[in-house]
Amino acid sequence: MPHVVEGRVWKFGDNINTDLIYPNTAFRAPEAQQYKLTFSANRPGWVDQVRPGDLLVGGLNFGMGSGRPSGKVLRECGIAGVVAETLNGLCLRNCVVSALPAMQCKGVSGLFEEGDIARFDFSSGLVTNVTRKRSLQGEAVAPLLLDIVAAGGVLPMLVREGYVEATAYVASAR
Amino acid sequence: MAAMTMIEKILARTGGKSSVRPGEIVECRPDMVVGLDLPISTDGGWYRPKKIFDPDRVALIFDHSVPAPSIKDATGMVEGRRFAKEFKLKHFFDVGQHGICHVILAENGLARPGELLVCADSHTCASGALNCAGRGAGLMDTLQAMTKGVIWYPVTPSVRYNFTGVMPPQVSGKDVFFHIAQEYGGHTNTSVEFGGPGLKDMPMSDRRTIATMCAEISAEFALFEYDQVTAEYLRDRLDRPPTPVAPDAGAEYLEVRTIDLAALEPYVVMPDAVPNNAKRISQFKEKVRIDQAFIGSCANGKIEDLRAAANIVRGRKVAPGVRLLITPGSQAVHIQAVQEGLVETLLKAGAVVTNSTCGACFGGHMGVLAAGEVCITASTRNFKGRMGSAEARIYMGSPATVAASALTGVITDPRTVCA
Repeated sequence: MPHVVEGRVWKFGDNINTDLIYPNTAFRAPEAQQYKLTFSANRPGWVDQVRPGDLLVGGLNFGMGSGRPSGKVLRECGIAGVVAETLNGLCLRNCVVSALPAMQCKGVSGLFEEGDIARFDFSSGLVTNVTRKRSLQGEAVAPLLLDIVAAGGVLPMLVREGYVEATAYVASAR
Repeated sequence: MAAMTMIEKILARTGGKSSVRPGEIVECRPDMVVGLDLPISTDGGWYRPKKIFDPDRVALIFDHSVPAPSIKDATGMVEGRRFAKEFKLKHFFDVGQHGICHVILAENGLARPGELLVCADSHTCASGALNCAGRGAGLMDTLQAMTKGVIWYPVTPSVRYNFTGVMPPQVSGKDVFFHIAQEYGGHTNTSVEFGGPGLKDMPMSDRRTIATMCAEISAEFALFEYDQVTAEYLRDRLDRPPTPVAPDAGAEYLEVRTIDLAALEPYVVMPDAVPNNAKRISQFKEKVRIDQAFIGSCANGKIEDLRAAANIVRGRKVAPGVRLLITPGSQAVHIQAVQEGLVETLLKAGAVVTNSTCGACFGGHMGVLAAGEVCITASTRNFKGRMGSAEARIYMGSPATVAASALTGVITDPRTVCA
């Protein structure tokens, strides 16, 4: 099944890590508030500017660091797809399990200016700058992973198959 | 059959295939799945399992927030205990038996040679020191592995590192890793293998530090060859015979690199990122004043790390205005440090020796930094905001470098303060 997204580009540089995407203060925040802390250390105010369907272009080592649910909060911010020069493997996992498609594309930083309109085809790997009419070939996402994205991520699958309860456990703070 | 690397062999076996090649995605059956306290106490991180795939192969370890620093953590651990009891988990490490998961897994023989270990902590690659395949998984990935007994991995190419020579005094596995991170940068979509003639002289402690730190260069898996040192470490720890893997003679690598251990010196890593961000300490000319010095974490909370620190501070005092914090990696390390007199040595020098936990390394508790403060740490990472305020600056060094810096109050070459 083809998986194509089109939207406005936000550019981030090299070495964007999980502590920037999901700061340690997010561990103690209610689930619905966690995404509001995304990029608060390096780009305060961004969560109020990003709109549903926007796309993220990253540099080298995007998503390096920990197992924090980076894909989940980026998706909750409104991001519909991620393409980076190089993508940390754990970040890729965390994007896929949260139904946020992500892939690598060498040279992608130079393909876009912030605010350009991009088209990411995760099935073929083609990355297009719609605004400036130019494109690059990235690394397509494996069909098995796109199936997980299409299913809405891992959690709905586990719920549907009867492995876990349908609502999250919430540890009381009082 | 095609020649395979170590990781290819483990993914092939657990994926029920005779061989695998880079580019494939393999759905594997894990040999061990590990849950932690932090996901349970974090909203959205835990959906109560209705079944688990094998109670003997699911472990629960309390490490990140131990003992509970908040009501929320305390409540999460109540839920963890309930879960362990409901499913009669064979391996449950509650407060008192606790430690940082990767240290506990090594000490208790649960990271077994040739096996596949799943855990949501990014430093799960630590198990590679014991020839056990592990890499950080997502929270929902881990839940899937725990309940359904399935997890997918991309098969990536591997880079092979061959060690030669012997590390000089005051150079540790941490410096070996920093050298690799500085020279070769990020390793995204690449697994790493370690071997070569220098491996036989590299202690398990240094191997564990190197394997753990491979998360910081975005490596997929980081596997050491199994040898006499591995067998010696695992003696009396395993509950079933090890099934180590070795690379085939014709295994294909993206690149084969040689590291001459004898030519290395201590490194300092600058704040905010690890890849391509280190300096050899002899080239580090800045005078950087520090407020806090930390030694701990899955990378550097081993008894050997505490010995290195104690040997440097013995009979001396931490500089005025500097806090030296030491966090043992497990209760077992803590007990051994007490028995060897290391705790007394460290305390008399003015250090704080904390309970075993992930604690200060992830800015959780017991050593959080304020805005404007400078820390040098022998832990896992130096990201902006990692250990507290986003306005704090975090440098990295080996345990010896951190201890030496605590004595002088500025970042210091450990070779200059040793007797």
